[in-house]
Amino acid sequence: MLDSVLDGLGILGTSPEMLALFVGFGLVVGVLFGFFGMGGSFLVTPALLMLDYPAPVAVGSGMAFVFGTAVIATLKHHDLGQVDYKLGAIMITGTTIGIEVGRASVYYLESLGLAGALISVAYVVLLGGVGAMVTRDARRGDGSGDIDHEAADKDLSEYEIPEIAKTIQQTVRIPPMVTLRGDVRVSAWVITAVAFATGLLSGFLGVGGGFIRMPAMIYAIGVPVPVAVGTDLFEIVFSGGLGSYLYGQGGGVDLGIVVPLLFGSALGARIGSAATAVVDADGIKVYFGGMLLVGATAVGIGEVGSYIGSPTLEMVGLVLVIGAAVVVAVAILYTSVVSLRTTRKQQAVTAD
Amino acid sequence: MAGLEIPTWDPETALLIGTILLEAVLLYVGYGGLERLFGPRLMAFIVGGEENAR
Repeated sequence: MLDSVLDGLGILGTSPEMLALFVGFGLVVGVLFGFFGMGGSFLVTPALLMLDYPAPVAVGSGMAFVFGTAVIATLKHHDLGQVDYKLGAIMITGTTIGIEVGRASVYYLESLGLAGALISVAYVVLLGGVGAMVTRDARRGDGSGDIDHEAADKDLSEYEIPEIAKTIQQTVRIPPMVTLRGDVRVSAWVITAVAFATGLLSGFLGVGGGFIRMPAMIYAIGVPVPVAVGTDLFEIVFSGGLGSYLYGQGGGVDLGIVVPLLFGSALGARIGSAATAVVDADGIKVYFGGMLLVGATAVGIGEVGSYIGSPTLEMVGLVLVIGAAVVVAVAILYTSVVSLRTTRKQQAVTAD
Repeated sequence: MAGLEIPTWDPETALLIGTILLEAVLLYVGYGGLERLFGPRLMAFIVGGEENAR
């Protein structure tokens, strides 16, 4: 009975070694996602590409994984009252069209035999760019563009709207104008444009797009940070669900990949989220930026290996991608345990 | 170029996505329950060493 269920889900088609690898990788990705609130999922698609999965399967399964992760995270943020459903509903239209254009591009490029190479190049540029930006900010001690873990405790009216968002709100006043949580008033067209651009990236790369959409919501629309995080996740539930459905119709979603990844990541996300209460994110952020840069290099090396037919180089790329994620996840866990033990010792000394 | 698609109803794909949705909800509830049951004991073990866990 269990065999037939598992077989029906496509899980038995995956070897036990690969299942263990996906659960373990999911755990690592979950810790990163839970801690940084972003940045885990876009390691999945390049890793699958390096494992020689066809581009539509790598992107489709990556997107289905993002969908599952977003469902879990949205349930949590809903409980905290951090989801703006009006903003999410407006964004869904733009994101849906963007995702569909991105997805159609992947199938078109696949028919030309260019999808794997071009998606890898896009990843190198994106991971490298975001990685360089995060590393630069971390070295300067600037927390901008990142999730403020203390932000969740502030009242929404206490948030200052960034200057660039104020300028956009004052200059782009094309009706209909909408009022969002935190008394933000903005043109629905600005929201739609942000949604389309990030949806395009989601559809093309199989990522949630949160690492671009969240800063875009904060700096282009001007919504408070916790609302940006919660609404982004709510929106990914729909966009990721639709994207997964479309990829699934083309045979691009492999449950043998998604189910074990999600199993590991749901646990990892709880651990990562709990770690935010005890670890200073700025101390870890430089590792996060480094991880993205190593990821970009790894995808580049893997692609060169694939191009010249060198399995060794492809393996080096895969080990670098997974290794970099593991190192940062272990750094978060280690720092958390050390910090907790130090706090406990101090409490014991005070009590004495 | 592969054209833009309007999603059409496909029961097999709906079951596929439904399975992921169900797994996500079950994991949220299941891990949440495990955290409430074993979380404090696990934290005592990690933070205070084995003596505190006992």
